[in-house]
Amino acid sequence: MPTDLRHSPGARVGLSIAVATGLYGLSFGALAVSSGLDVWQTSALSLLLFSGGSQFAFIGVIAGGGSGAAAAGAAALLGIRNGVYGMQLNALLHPRGWRRFAAAHVTIDESLATSTGQTVLLEQKRGFWVAGLGIFVLWNVFTLIGALAGDALGDPKQWGLDGAAVAAFLGLLWPRLRSREAGAIAVACALATMLAVPFVPPGVPILVAAVVAGAIGWFGFRHGPDGEGLEPDLDPYPAPQGRPGPTDAQATR
Amino acid sequence: MSVWVWILVACAAAFVTKLLGYLVPRKLLANARIARVAGTLTIGLLASLTVANTVATGQELVVDARLGALVAAAIALWLKAPFLVVVIVGAAAAAGLRLLGAA
Repeated sequence: MPTDLRHSPGARVGLSIAVATGLYGLSFGALAVSSGLDVWQTSALSLLLFSGGSQFAFIGVIAGGGSGAAAAGAAALLGIRNGVYGMQLNALLHPRGWRRFAAAHVTIDESLATSTGQTVLLEQKRGFWVAGLGIFVLWNVFTLIGALAGDALGDPKQWGLDGAAVAAFLGLLWPRLRSREAGAIAVACALATMLAVPFVPPGVPILVAAVVAGAIGWFGFRHGPDGEGLEPDLDPYPAPQGRPGPTDAQATR
Repeated sequence: MSVWVWILVACAAAFVTKLLGYLVPRKLLANARIARVAGTLTIGLLASLTVANTVATGQELVVDARLGALVAAAIALWLKAPFLVVVIVGAAAAAGLRLLGAA
């Protein structure tokens, strides 16, 4: 039974994800200006690139003294998963005409997770669009606030902003380490990075790690599940004991 | 100026990648191997970025306050803190260690 938008479970989850995710645009904005980008460049990344992991990758490479090419390369490789998400969402929602382009732009971890967690087509659509568009608006607003605040802070090291960047990357990685294989890939790529740092220009060690990760994905772990680590980096539908999960909630509606 | 060029290149690459998922026939990309590579790439790049931002200074490996930030962030994540709290904990650890005299 279609419910109105105010009582829509997809829209409700999408909205709460949008608020939580939009808020951490603050940290992206502040870190981007501390890595040396100006406020306009920072905002351009949030408006046009619009994929948290790729945006953090871009500024992470720049902050370490890497070239723009290495930064764009790391961001592009990290965005490949969005193409796979796009395939899933296209099969699920079939957007047509201009909506396809809009849907593509807001295809990110959070909108996919919100949408695929719903069981009814209408709610899958509502979840996708509310999460995607809601995050787009809030992420950009908070990026701008963070960039202006970061600009006013002065010496970024005094405020520990380099430590904040480390924490942000670990925070993006952490939810993907659900299996032993994922942990092994992370350790292998961390070691490859440390080995490469003294020998190649800044930024390039990250691309070396990408080659290692790609090779492991292509040749290794045949017995592992498909799409290792390709679950989006959050679960908007936690089901604590004693309370019905999303499936049960749907059934009783 | 050249940073602007690479920003726009990265933005274009990101959008084209997303759009391809919607335009390319499902058969072409619905290859288990490609899905797996997309997954391992994501893990590998994030692990590499974490380590590079922790110990790399130019082409040198350096142990400083950032390592403290990594440990503090890991503890916060293990305690299931939300993302923004993890980031603030990382910043506080690095700033605090520097106040105490760490490099």
